[in-house]
Amino acid sequence: MGVINSLKCNLGAWIRRIFKKKRAKIGLYGPPNAGKTTLANRIVHDWSDGGSLGTVSSIPHETRRAVRREGVIINGNGSSIELDIVDTPGMATKIDFMEFMAYGMSEEEAKKRAKEATEGVIEAIKWLDDLDGVLLVMDATEDPYTQVNVTVIGNMEARGLPLLIVANKIDLPESSPARIKAAFPQHNMVTISALEGSNIDELYQAIAANFG
Amino acid sequence: MDLISGEKLEKMTSMEKIRLILDKVKTGRIVVLESGLSPDEEVRLIEMTMTEIRVDEFSGIEIESYPTKKGGSFFDKLLGKAGKGRMTVIGPANQLRTIEKDQYQISTKVSVGD
Repeated sequence: MGVINSLKCNLGAWIRRIFKKKRAKIGLYGPPNAGKTTLANRIVHDWSDGGSLGTVSSIPHETRRAVRREGVIINGNGSSIELDIVDTPGMATKIDFMEFMAYGMSEEEAKKRAKEATEGVIEAIKWLDDLDGVLLVMDATEDPYTQVNVTVIGNMEARGLPLLIVANKIDLPESSPARIKAAFPQHNMVTISALEGSNIDELYQAIAANFG
Repeated sequence: MDLISGEKLEKMTSMEKIRLILDKVKTGRIVVLESGLSPDEEVRLIEMTMTEIRVDEFSGIEIESYPTKKGGSFFDKLLGKAGKGRMTVIGPANQLRTIEKDQYQISTKVSVGD
């Protein structure tokens, strides 16, 4: 990123913060199978006219196209914010069709999914240039030091944009949100189960506080 | 394995770094960058990797770096230079596997002759 672009980017972020923008475009980012679409569906269910942003599956890269829902108004702590929610495909540094065949897909289906998944990662990256903030969804049962997490956090820090870490899947006994907090102590974190809705009100308050 | 000095990296443009890394990794080499990549370069490397994935030929990269160090002066932050790149290891996804990683140490396993 050039110095002028970087300067514009960071000044823009500071000005948005100073004037407390009340409408923001927020991307849900994270590795595949972290629960991004489950969370996006829950937000839309709770604060919009229902429906869903996408289907959920245990097979990685189920979401292979970014989906945006406009005008989701979230209230929390006495303030409200209008969000455009963007559910992005899972980010990865490698995609092997053999991984999909292990889930019972035919070779042809697996290769098609792999190709679409690579396009999805590119789409997720392109969206980074057009967002006001990020909800970084992490699977609390997994090691948080993945390159996807490190790269997304590094990019948001460099752009001076707000980031909220969502430690998901706390309904699972092996989850360890403390491990995530220890890895990225400089960022706000909320622990939730998007599937069961645990702590979801706390998340909405944090969204209003961080992006409002 | 190629260890690339920070001095060499400083003289290269972002695109030159990404091309150098991918060309080496696609031929099975492990690349260690002394001073790493900027966050923007990291994300562009992932983007470029996705465009070069081919079934049965190249399934992507394994890339490991430490979280960026916070800090820097007011002007560093203003110019987006607060997070300086740290040592980074990159290799073919089918040959380099991360065993363990924390803020201070990266342990990887390298398969030879795959």
